[in-house]
Amino acid sequence: MAQKTLVSFTLNGKEVDVAVEPRELLIHTLRERLLHTGPHIGCETSHCGACTVDIDGMSVKSCTLLTVQCEGASMLTIEGLEQNGTLHALQQAFHEQHGLQCGYCTPGMITRAYRLLQENPNPSEEEIRYWIAGNLCRCTGYQNIVKAVQAAAQKLAAQPA
Amino acid sequence: MGDMSELQQREDALQGMGTSLLRKEDARFIRGQGSYIDDVKLPGMLFGALVRSPYAHARIRGIDKSKALASPGVVAVLTADDLKPVNLHWMPTLGGDVQAVLADQKVCFQLQEVAMVLATDRYAAADGAALVEVDYEELPAIVDPKKAMAADAPTIREDIAEKKEVGHGPRTHPNHIFTWEAGDKAAADAAFDNAPITVRQELLNPRVHPCPLETCGCVASFNKATGYLTVYMTTQAPHLVRTVLAMLSGIAESKIRVVGGDIGGGFGNKVPVYPGYVVAIVASIVTGVPVKWIESRIDNISTTGFARDYHCVGELAADADGRIKGLRFTALADHGAFNSHVSASKFPAGLFSICTGSYAVPNAYCRVDAVYTNKAPGGVAYRCSLRVTEAVYLIERMVDVLAQKLGIDKAEIRRRNFVAKEQFPYTTSLGWTMDSGDYAPALEKVLQAVDYEGLRREQAEKRARGELMGIGLSTFTEIVGAGPTKACDILGIGLFDSCEIRVHPTGGVIARLGTMSQGQGHATTYAQIIATELGLPAADIVVEEGDTDKAPYGAGTWGSRSTPVSGAATAKAARKIKEKARQIAAHLLEVGDGDLEWEVDRFRVKGNPEASKTMKEICMASHTGNIPEGMEQGLNAVAYYDPPNLTYPFGAYVCVVDIDKHTGEVKVRRFYALDDCGTRINPMIIEGQIHGGLTEAFAVAMGQQVPFDENGNHLGNSLMDYFLPTAVETPHWETDHTVTPSPHHPLGAKGVAESPHVGGIPCISNAVIDAFAHLGVTHMDMPHTAYRVWQQCHALGIDRH
Amino acid sequence: MIPSPFEYHAPTSLPDAIALLGRYGDEAKLLAGGHSLLPMMKLRFAQPAHLIDLGRIPDLRGIAQVGNEIHIGAMTTENQLVWSPLLAEKIPLLVEGARAIADPQVRYRGTIGGDISHGDPGNDHPALMLALDASFLLRGPSGERTVKAAGFFFGLYATALEPGEVLTRIQIPIPPAGTGCAYEKLKRKIGDFATAASAVLLRLDGGKVASASIALTNVGPTPLKATAAEAFLAGQALDEASLAEAARLASEICDPVADQRGDADYKRAMAGEMTRRALLKAQSRAAA
Repeated sequence: MAQKTLVSFTLNGKEVDVAVEPRELLIHTLRERLLHTGPHIGCETSHCGACTVDIDGMSVKSCTLLTVQCEGASMLTIEGLEQNGTLHALQQAFHEQHGLQCGYCTPGMITRAYRLLQENPNPSEEEIRYWIAGNLCRCTGYQNIVKAVQAAAQKLAAQPA
Repeated sequence: MGDMSELQQREDALQGMGTSLLRKEDARFIRGQGSYIDDVKLPGMLFGALVRSPYAHARIRGIDKSKALASPGVVAVLTADDLKPVNLHWMPTLGGDVQAVLADQKVCFQLQEVAMVLATDRYAAADGAALVEVDYEELPAIVDPKKAMAADAPTIREDIAEKKEVGHGPRTHPNHIFTWEAGDKAAADAAFDNAPITVRQELLNPRVHPCPLETCGCVASFNKATGYLTVYMTTQAPHLVRTVLAMLSGIAESKIRVVGGDIGGGFGNKVPVYPGYVVAIVASIVTGVPVKWIESRIDNISTTGFARDYHCVGELAADADGRIKGLRFTALADHGAFNSHVSASKFPAGLFSICTGSYAVPNAYCRVDAVYTNKAPGGVAYRCSLRVTEAVYLIERMVDVLAQKLGIDKAEIRRRNFVAKEQFPYTTSLGWTMDSGDYAPALEKVLQAVDYEGLRREQAEKRARGELMGIGLSTFTEIVGAGPTKACDILGIGLFDSCEIRVHPTGGVIARLGTMSQGQGHATTYAQIIATELGLPAADIVVEEGDTDKAPYGAGTWGSRSTPVSGAATAKAARKIKEKARQIAAHLLEVGDGDLEWEVDRFRVKGNPEASKTMKEICMASHTGNIPEGMEQGLNAVAYYDPPNLTYPFGAYVCVVDIDKHTGEVKVRRFYALDDCGTRINPMIIEGQIHGGLTEAFAVAMGQQVPFDENGNHLGNSLMDYFLPTAVETPHWETDHTVTPSPHHPLGAKGVAESPHVGGIPCISNAVIDAFAHLGVTHMDMPHTAYRVWQQCHALGIDRH
Repeated sequence: MIPSPFEYHAPTSLPDAIALLGRYGDEAKLLAGGHSLLPMMKLRFAQPAHLIDLGRIPDLRGIAQVGNEIHIGAMTTENQLVWSPLLAEKIPLLVEGARAIADPQVRYRGTIGGDISHGDPGNDHPALMLALDASFLLRGPSGERTVKAAGFFFGLYATALEPGEVLTRIQIPIPPAGTGCAYEKLKRKIGDFATAASAVLLRLDGGKVASASIALTNVGPTPLKATAAEAFLAGQALDEASLAEAARLASEICDPVADQRGDADYKRAMAGEMTRRALLKAQSRAAA
């Protein structure tokens, strides 16, 4: 059995240390060792995006990243979006716009939308669809997801900086 | 009598039926706190990884477990031989056949389960699985169902070679499963003989797969001390599974608990009992520790319940005005290697005989011949309402074929053939009594909304310029809500369903049902029903499903049956409670209970508006001594509802497409969907279901297939190739509705969530074919990929500049 | 879903990376963005005993103008290409090409160097590099050498990279002012590999083609330069006849593999159609 490496990174604002084999995928470290089961596994070919997390300002499919590559990273998952009991505008908007049904794609989708809006605070419908094309959904047909992202964008724009 | 605004306020406070109540289930999902099967972790849990066959058809000469057993973390390796002592190497299917749990001497489809490696974690299990060595002797495979019954076809199912029937009547060949027919063949033949116009078309409904975002899995946990088995499972039918497990394992059903937690999409994929579940359960029984099995996406697409694979011939006979006089629909059904699909036992081809559609067809005959091939087992799945996708695709395509033959407008021919509103309840010539329908106004509304006349004019102009534009229609009738127990059972268990309601002294309510949400919003919609029925706020009503220890028995959620069956049970249970509450109110108000009238959330004395008791007050009173003499305390009820009929939601859809004749790319320019599901409980949830069902229809019509080479090898079984549309491809959906209540349902409600899939597929397909109609094209098989559409353009010589 | 075990190395300098490659030979694979390699490893189609991560080597990133070339570090991500103002101004073809690759998450990690050196004819950068007449700086145990894109791609997963060599930098001559460009990619859905794609750079003179550079994606074992089509177009106006002939000449060089995207006839025809569309679009963006 290959040697384990100690890897330290920040997860939703907290420092964590894990000892992992080189081949351990980040999604498994998050879900099995760190008990963050928000990000989900939907495929093994890096297509579905259900495992999407936010690392160092980028949306990343955590199934296609080795935990050993994450030394010193700053990581955000769906679990880190709610702050002090207040939902993020995206979480609230997905609820209000009925942007989820079975909920399986939702953590990855919201986490992706979070970075999307950080980089493009006022996206058009076409832009939203293009910039969430790495997240598959089987239940909603995306229409209400687009509305949710638009609603959240409006709400965030109206907030004082 | 309170004034209107006060009444409205009290009504609004309930958030009952008809409101777009935001979903109660969202709170955990938007926080990533759902509890899906792979989130379940139990102490000491082992992980099971399946070893699967690379061949579609082969004998197993030997299995060498030694290297796997020596691999770090591997605890055991199970094969069919290890399941023989408990007689679980084969299991009965829900379709009347038997299926290998782990391959016994031969494999019959690629990636069939051969062994399970149990290890301390999934990494060790994967390593162990890679080390199991299986010695195969390859056999010729049957991939084309048309060749399955050839005289020299290899026998796939040697295990039942001697059996004259597998649950559904006589077999004529070792690879034949059943032949099922309905209607009056002689009358249909006569109609064809006498009709001035007949059309005939061969149509393929290709094999596809429901592909929910979450794959199948379970955690089986057998407690050796108590003899109690708990199985957490991705299941749409926890009670049926519990009964099946009791039959399979010999463990008393009272000592089996099946738990369906949060499920990441079902679409019919999570109804069957898969070998992975059974092996995990046996493994837990043998080891005494919990065992988790979670399949991969490739395994899911390749081996779990596929959908369709119906090779059809459609024939219609009509008069010169396009009025249908006769219908003959036959299908060769490829069921794969085992008949494992779920259908009511008297309907091995599901509800295919709904194929007369929304039309008054006087003479009809349909027949389905089912065969085995060396492919994964299944057939009834994927938002199909039990083969209704196949039936509606056939009739809606054939109506277009007929229209084209006669040069009659495709909306007009439908009008001419509709069952009229006054004719309901209408018994079709294939034996279904459709409860209610009002097709013509629905079609008119849709045609107006899209300016159908204008679209046809535009199409004519575009055709003159050599451009391809198509207009597709679908005026479908669905059949959902299985079903009346005298007609509908699975392994003998009737398809009734249930609701148990407990009301608390302070007005809270817990309701438990025998259905099982996989995203349909049951926690919200059932609460809304109860809120309206009982006058208690939906916010205080908790709905639970899925734990067989707690919930009353039901057949689960598939085939859009929840609202029709458990929704009815909910109303019935609530009305039992309301009747008891009325008596308590009368007692408290010292009047006869005939002197009371119900108003939103309270009983008032007729003619004395001040004298009233709210339901909330009655909740408390029912737990005291101040109730009628001889009455038991409490406000609780359970109802088991055996529906008198299925329900028949319907719809009218229009799809407009523009086709790039140089590449074959199809763009859906507009899609307008009008659905009638009777009483609408939560319009927001209905609309969401329509969006989802239409998107899956789009996927099926435009790109999905499960292709094989001639040796039975999969050619596109990962998400690289299996078409799941992204937000970029998915069209914008416009939704509309009419309301034609079901006369037999306590709420007037019908199911709805599968309608958009059933009606959407032929609508989109019809649009694509309509784009070529002026060039003499009568039919094109799905999927309408750019490649296939280009092949049509190329054959017509129109792809060049 | 689970790769087989391996040892992981994260060198912080290029010489260290090259030394590791030398030590482990064909037991080792380089890890760039990982979005081609890790999926293969998860399905156990690739089982390297050693993975050498280039992600910690600082001087492999960046986009800069050097003289009249743009130099791009091999570990520059697709997302960085997409948002580069320098590229948008000087080599917009690369921005358009990068936007056509995969999806947002993959683009944050996938690198131009990885896309090029993987040797997968389905990847988009190889044809873009051919069209742009790019050169690649390779560094190995015996030092540095420059290889033109035209001489770099040999076949499926086969490139000019010698054992122990690392692609470190891509060097692209800046197309002259007034060049129009386009990348037309036909695909089954967004994020898919190309059914066929055509990268075009076009310069016009008096309304006629002064020079055309045309390269094709995923219609052969390597990216293909449509030199016959280019030669034909020189001095021609772009009209129906010349477009049809250029498309035909482009199709002719294709040797596509039949798969779920289509058969060889379709892919050849689509290579021609994408070439036609790319020419028209490039023309609309070119200075007359």
